[in-house]
Amino acid sequence: MTSTGDSHDDNVERRNQRLAVRSGIAVGLATAAYGISFGALSVAAGLSIAQTCFMSLVMFSGGSQFALVGVLATGGVASGPAAIAGATLLGVRNGIYGIRTSPFIGRGWWKRTAAAWVTIDESTAVGLAQPTQRSRRTGFWVTGLAVFIGWNLTTLLGALIGDAIGDTRTYGLDAAAAAAFVGLLWPRLKHLQPIVVAVLAAVVAACVTPVLVPGLPVLVAALVAVLVGWFNWFGRAADVAPEAEPSS
Amino acid sequence: MTIWQIVIAGSIAVLAIKFAGYLVPVSVLSRQAPARIADLLTVALLAALIAVQTLGDGQAVVVDARVPAVLVAAVLFWLKVPFIVVVLAAAVVAAGIRALS
Repeated sequence: MTSTGDSHDDNVERRNQRLAVRSGIAVGLATAAYGISFGALSVAAGLSIAQTCFMSLVMFSGGSQFALVGVLATGGVASGPAAIAGATLLGVRNGIYGIRTSPFIGRGWWKRTAAAWVTIDESTAVGLAQPTQRSRRTGFWVTGLAVFIGWNLTTLLGALIGDAIGDTRTYGLDAAAAAAFVGLLWPRLKHLQPIVVAVLAAVVAACVTPVLVPGLPVLVAALVAVLVGWFNWFGRAADVAPEAEPSS
Repeated sequence: MTIWQIVIAGSIAVLAIKFAGYLVPVSVLSRQAPARIADLLTVALLAALIAVQTLGDGQAVVVDARVPAVLVAAVLFWLKVPFIVVVLAAAVVAAGIRALS
């Protein structure tokens, strides 16, 4: 290999690194903005500022956090087990993300613990979108840390605002919670299968609401995903094909 | 249960799933059903939460100011308006309808 070839590769790699850092910070800033709505909604649901911040620090997964406070807001403390179950099920996808990101994170107990902690939609998406092993690592870490810092700061800010304004229904915060879930769901409705699952799950949840204690309708609706996913109803042909091939 | 117990138990459960992912070999994903169910699980839970947050009032199903607010939010997301702006707009719509009625 010639030295000019090396410096060309270096330049390409440097460019990859720069792009990874840039998209990580951009995604971090965008995500941090809605930490404000989580903080405000959490306090509106009856959690203290400390409890709200604890969730952003330890749970650190937007969908699960919104779910837990959403169920508590409608069902109160009595719906605690359902709130925990809902948040946990929504967190299952983070486990799948971890399986995908773990190969490029590398070894080391502390490094892997920290990586797992910041494994969320955003860090996984930016990481996997990069072209090389090194830029994947950079994209993952920059996004994960940018979102972690931003999300926790804006959660505190939102909790303080929510605490200050008091009566939340007057300000339409209950509708804001529903709108937040629409925003989390929207980017996932790109194919027929998720759209069908979303519509069925919403109908099921609304239908069983009068007969089940608050919190449970959401869990019952999750069965729709298990059924449709297991049998791959409404799936694309491409989703089925690899399973038909013998795995080596 | 107290709120602290709910918050701590939920947080530890979600964090534990993240750790578990790092202990599983990547070959597990060569079977597609688990990954597909995990993706659809997210979709189903979010959709169910929208239904319950928009229509639920304890165990009753009611149509009130939240419904138009959520419809406005859906249109704004479709128009690619930023998250925080849409959430604020939904709150303003619901608050406005309540103030007028």
